[in-house]
Amino acid sequence: MKQLLLGNAAVAQGLYDAGCEVVSSYPGTPSTEITECLAEHRDIYSEWAPNEKVAMETAFGASLGGKRSFCGMKHVGLNVAADPLFTISYTGVNAGMVIAVADDPGMHSSQNEQDSRHYAKAAKLPMLEPADSAECYEFARKAYEISEKYDTPVLLRLCTRIAHSQSIVEPYGRSVPEQKEYAKRPEKYIMMPGYAKLRHPIVEERTLKLTELAETSDLNRVEMGGTELGIIASGTAYQYAKEVFGENASILKLGLVNPLPEKLIKDFAAKVKRVVVIEELDPVVEEHCKAIGVNVSGKDMFPLIDEFSQNLVASAFGISKDTGRSLDAKIPGRPPVMCAGCPHRGMFYALKKLGVTVMGDIGCYTLGAAAPLGAIDTTICMGASVSGLHGFEHSGTGVKAVAVIGDSTFMHSGMTGLVNIAYNGSKSTVIILDNSITGMTGHQQNPTTGLDIHGDPAGKIDLEAFCRAIGINRVRVVDPYDLAQCEQAVREETEADEPSVIISRRPCALLKTVRHEPPFAVDKEKCVGCKSCMRIGCPAISFKSGKTEIDKTLCVGCGVCTQLCKFDSFYR
Amino acid sequence: MKTKNIMIVGVGGQGTLLASKLLGRLLMNEGYDVKVSEIHGMSQRGGSVVTYVRYGDSVASPVIDEGEADYIISFELLEAARWMKYLASGGQVITNTQRIDPMPVITGAAEYPEGLAESMAAAGAKVEAFDALTLAEKAGSSKAVNIVLLGRASRFFDFPAETWEKALDETVPPKFLELNREAFRLGRES
Repeated sequence: MKQLLLGNAAVAQGLYDAGCEVVSSYPGTPSTEITECLAEHRDIYSEWAPNEKVAMETAFGASLGGKRSFCGMKHVGLNVAADPLFTISYTGVNAGMVIAVADDPGMHSSQNEQDSRHYAKAAKLPMLEPADSAECYEFARKAYEISEKYDTPVLLRLCTRIAHSQSIVEPYGRSVPEQKEYAKRPEKYIMMPGYAKLRHPIVEERTLKLTELAETSDLNRVEMGGTELGIIASGTAYQYAKEVFGENASILKLGLVNPLPEKLIKDFAAKVKRVVVIEELDPVVEEHCKAIGVNVSGKDMFPLIDEFSQNLVASAFGISKDTGRSLDAKIPGRPPVMCAGCPHRGMFYALKKLGVTVMGDIGCYTLGAAAPLGAIDTTICMGASVSGLHGFEHSGTGVKAVAVIGDSTFMHSGMTGLVNIAYNGSKSTVIILDNSITGMTGHQQNPTTGLDIHGDPAGKIDLEAFCRAIGINRVRVVDPYDLAQCEQAVREETEADEPSVIISRRPCALLKTVRHEPPFAVDKEKCVGCKSCMRIGCPAISFKSGKTEIDKTLCVGCGVCTQLCKFDSFYR
Repeated sequence: MKTKNIMIVGVGGQGTLLASKLLGRLLMNEGYDVKVSEIHGMSQRGGSVVTYVRYGDSVASPVIDEGEADYIISFELLEAARWMKYLASGGQVITNTQRIDPMPVITGAAEYPEGLAESMAAAGAKVEAFDALTLAEKAGSSKAVNIVLLGRASRFFDFPAETWEKALDETVPPKFLELNREAFRLGRES
């Protein structure tokens, strides 16, 4: 039956239908829904792992045990999992193993714009790139075939516009291959030098075989049209080219983006007058073409940054298009904000008030960097707040500094940084913003929530006990809705002569299990229009005709604003 | 058939994703090739959000570009104005008149422009602006703004009312079906 599926949902359906039985991932936009959709199938094992490295190693273990396995992540997640990635390329697999990685050109929800194709090349792994949901489904299935036939993990590369676009798919049913037998094979699975030296030539040989696949497989196809122009493209870029040129140009559409074919490209180039490579981000295909002696245009026409569109492709070829209506009115921006009642707000207000330097991390709380709170100094990657703080403390600035990190991110890679603080003894203060969920990616469970991927009871990591166990003596819990308590805790802990952890604990206000208090209103007689309450940047509070106003449809009654009012203007 | 383009714009959390899901479902049921492109993640936290819905015989690009949107369905007035560059010549704007102040307006760093519906019309757009929030509340919940807007937008398409109702039944959770049917009716008929 035809279905309109999100690219991610189509990947999940393809994996499931191909007999995937073990799933381990860490959430990350735009990859999260693959694993969420797989978890809806209760007949297979799925889990949220604490990070991508753990997820990839778990998936590898399941493959070793003989079951088709999967792990999914966003582009920066693959950095975390790069260590196992490069070596499971050597060992190969037992049952099929597929790794989905979702890039985010345009950085809709990411801290950088890296191109994951470099990983496929560097780790010498095959990488498939679908261009719509139907291909997401098909390629996910094919990825397992390639994985088992060529004894290799297979990368499936998505980008935001494929992962988060719905298009029509017609799934054709699940079949589960028989579990492969596990046999002890030290020369294949123990990667110490003696054995690894024997595996490396096998990897190089495999690349040659995969290149042969790239030459002949229907994953790569030539769509002949006009011969004035030949375009080489994959994924979204293929769709934009199709949109602009239709049948007027010929297209070599690549589905297998590593390794790249040689003969296929040369033959294609011979049939057209000029060849242009259209690819978002880095010139991976372009450089390959040039290396094999095919004269192509590419980044001389297209940018290295941001995502493309049909107009961008058209204008690169000098084709003019209607560029729309424009307004005289000045339209103010609408950046994302912390939600009304967000438990992070109170702690950030206290940090800003005390003027401490704040090492930030990755999650909803990155929004603490925005006006009017502006309370964050750096954000790099998951876990960098904690380890960065330790280094900052050793730089001798004498500036008071803290790290802020969410519960899920702390489990992901913050805890090793805290071990370093405990072990090497800086006087760092780490604030764990425990909102009892992985927030930004849309509410996934994590090791601190006590629930598994299905919402069923699971092991629960006790954050206080963990911090104490590794040697942090000063561990305290505060309620971020209580501004005075937050301020006092930060003041005392940053003055302490040893490392400390403050757990700022209150569940995300968007969780269905959280009961909201009635909204506040403003007594216009009492409000003097001092704007003190505006300093917390709550989207429910606005300022109209010289007085504060509360949007009762947004206010969840957290009461943080009331603690800033000296005139007792708020009432319920 | 030339590909038709519909943009659904609003503020993160207003329910634009459900609206695009319903629209996509209806268009697929009608036998079209359909692509719906959404943005999840950070922008959903009260930021400006946009969803592209494209349909026709064969749809290539998942996104709508400047000057291409036949329809802009907007959940908030400022957001309709923000995406005006995307409207095609002769394009139709269907917008809620509800005003949600963005943070730069809340903090006083910027002003919410007045007379936006008139400015859009002056720039050449066909504009239908109406209070979808009041109709949604009348249907039983302010959250039904998305379906009220789709109800109003449905008047601009040739699909019979039953096809919209079928798509509604297929996409809305049963618990909220009555409420949303009423919201759709109020949008379409009022």
